[in-house]
Amino acid sequence: MFTNIRQPEVLASYRIPVNAGRVAETPAEAKAIAEELGSAVAVKSQVHTGGRGKAGGIKLAKSPAEAEAAAEKILGMDINGHTVHKVLIVPAVDIQREIYLGVILDRAQRQVSLMASAEGGVDIETVARETPEKIVRVLADPYLGLHAWQAREVGFALGLDAKQVGQFADIALKLYKAFMETDATLAEINPLIVTGDGTVMALDSKMSFDDNALFRHADIQDMRDLAEEEPTEIDAKASGISFVKLTGNIGCIVNGAGLAMATMDAVKLSGGDPANFLDVGGGASADQVANAFTLVTADPAVKAILINIFGGITRGDVVAQGIREALGRVQVTVPIVVRLSGTNATEGQAILAEAGITAVDSMDEAARKVVESVGQAA
Amino acid sequence: MSILVNSESRILVQGITGKEGSFHTSQMVEYGTPVVGGVTPGGAGKSVAGAPVFDTVAAAVEAVQPNVSIIFVPARFAPDAIYEAADNNIPFIICITEGIPILDMVPVYRHVKDKGLRLLGPNCPGIITPGEAKVGIMPGFIHERGPIGLVSRSGTLTYEVVDALTRAGLGQSTAIGIGGDPIIGTSFIDALELFQADPATEAIVMIGEIGGTDEEDAAAYIAEHVTKPVVGFIAGRTAPPGKRMGHAGAIISGGSGTADGKIAALNAAGVNVALRPSDVPGLIRDARSA
Repeated sequence: MFTNIRQPEVLASYRIPVNAGRVAETPAEAKAIAEELGSAVAVKSQVHTGGRGKAGGIKLAKSPAEAEAAAEKILGMDINGHTVHKVLIVPAVDIQREIYLGVILDRAQRQVSLMASAEGGVDIETVARETPEKIVRVLADPYLGLHAWQAREVGFALGLDAKQVGQFADIALKLYKAFMETDATLAEINPLIVTGDGTVMALDSKMSFDDNALFRHADIQDMRDLAEEEPTEIDAKASGISFVKLTGNIGCIVNGAGLAMATMDAVKLSGGDPANFLDVGGGASADQVANAFTLVTADPAVKAILINIFGGITRGDVVAQGIREALGRVQVTVPIVVRLSGTNATEGQAILAEAGITAVDSMDEAARKVVESVGQAA
Repeated sequence: MSILVNSESRILVQGITGKEGSFHTSQMVEYGTPVVGGVTPGGAGKSVAGAPVFDTVAAAVEAVQPNVSIIFVPARFAPDAIYEAADNNIPFIICITEGIPILDMVPVYRHVKDKGLRLLGPNCPGIITPGEAKVGIMPGFIHERGPIGLVSRSGTLTYEVVDALTRAGLGQSTAIGIGGDPIIGTSFIDALELFQADPATEAIVMIGEIGGTDEEDAAAYIAEHVTKPVVGFIAGRTAPPGKRMGHAGAIISGGSGTADGKIAALNAAGVNVALRPSDVPGLIRDARSA
């Protein structure tokens, strides 16, 4: 899982000009910060989702008292399912233009790309969908990186004047450097603004990082805002399980990511609703299955569990023993349906049947049976 | 015939003395795969499942002339292993390793490409030509020799479909797992091109999943260049946007990379997409008799 962090600190450490503000967790703190800044301020919700402005999560305040009132309103607000725990207080600025600037991984080209749009401040994905011609892109050389002339070319394409292009290119090169050095998968400034006096600076930013590279970035690990992440997903990550919580009532435990997705789809096709995506990894050991039971049963919505293991090189009887052992350690009260295939699958199914667990050979049959068991329970 | 590997291949295993490397070398040799040697720095003189171990790829090249290398080296050291294989001009490099930092793969991909070599993976199960060579971690016994070429981004889901094909009496010419990472060496298009040119392949199964635009690009390629029947399966119709589904590359972002979008693109290119993995053999039969 990538960790998403709204991080003005990262930009500041690369000396990208930022409209500097401070974070408040209470209305009183918001007031104190506004007093210190001594100007009109913007109070912005700090949550990992887009569309904050539209949801009322960003408010202007002319005085410290207004800042306090705005923070009072925004803190605790729900934006796209995320509760606001923090607000950012920044000086209000005179905005002439808003630009989108991002460094992304271009998967099709297998290169890093600098992407900009004259339509800043709005969701770039909407721009990409509706008016793709407004987006300017250049690809960074895999060995040499992004050249200054490429950044200038993008700046001129956005219609900036020569003086602004100089500032823009400087920011773009620093953002590229930040992206590469932190092993980011996304680094975006949205909006990048041009003020009334022609200064170019970052107003808001977002970065996502590559989990595979976190081992060489202890500093980024420390910046993760765990309060903003789903608690069970954090527990899963700690035990090496890929887990994503969904809204249904059938818990899924599967070996392999592709098969786990196909299993969710099969549950849906049989008229059920999956409660989660879960990949226990290739081997499906007793420890991992026990961890998976703990994760899945933590969700009170779960009314039945479907375990889908394609044995392959791992033997079916070993997986079945593992499931029984895991059930001895974790209390599971909902019906369980197991699909077990591969080497020694028949022996494995017999071991499970002895323990009173429904075990079948095909994924379609397992999906049907688990959906039926929920229907009976209801 | 088949694609990329067969009984004449000369296979080298990088990371052969590690836990994964030694286990899967034994499995490959047991299947009858022509493994000619392995590499572990400091391992020279040892042997694994009868294959001699060398300190460097260069020493292995001199002694046993491999033309395929399969890499089981841990993620932090895997890019270096790929460079070592590439700099010794091994024409086909397979990287099984999962968890390589994405940005490390950007120059690796370019280097391999610039040298005119082929990379499969990373984060993939490898490739198998049934009855000839199993160069990967897939269970060999579910495969059967036959006319179906199979290409997939996934591991166990591929086994699921292979198993369904074999039970239905449809064997495989070659099954190739291209991997679940955002940056991979061999794309769907590369595999489709090889299967189209392979006389032993009569129909193709393509197994995709959410994230990226590889399936859409493949659909456009099929419409233009592939005359053999193609049947698809796309995992992740029920996946929510913005969440990574296990594989680093399996994420819907900003409305792009959805299963529905991929299915629509494939349908438009004349590819029938199965609702369930178990529907694949039936669709293959329909496509071949059409």
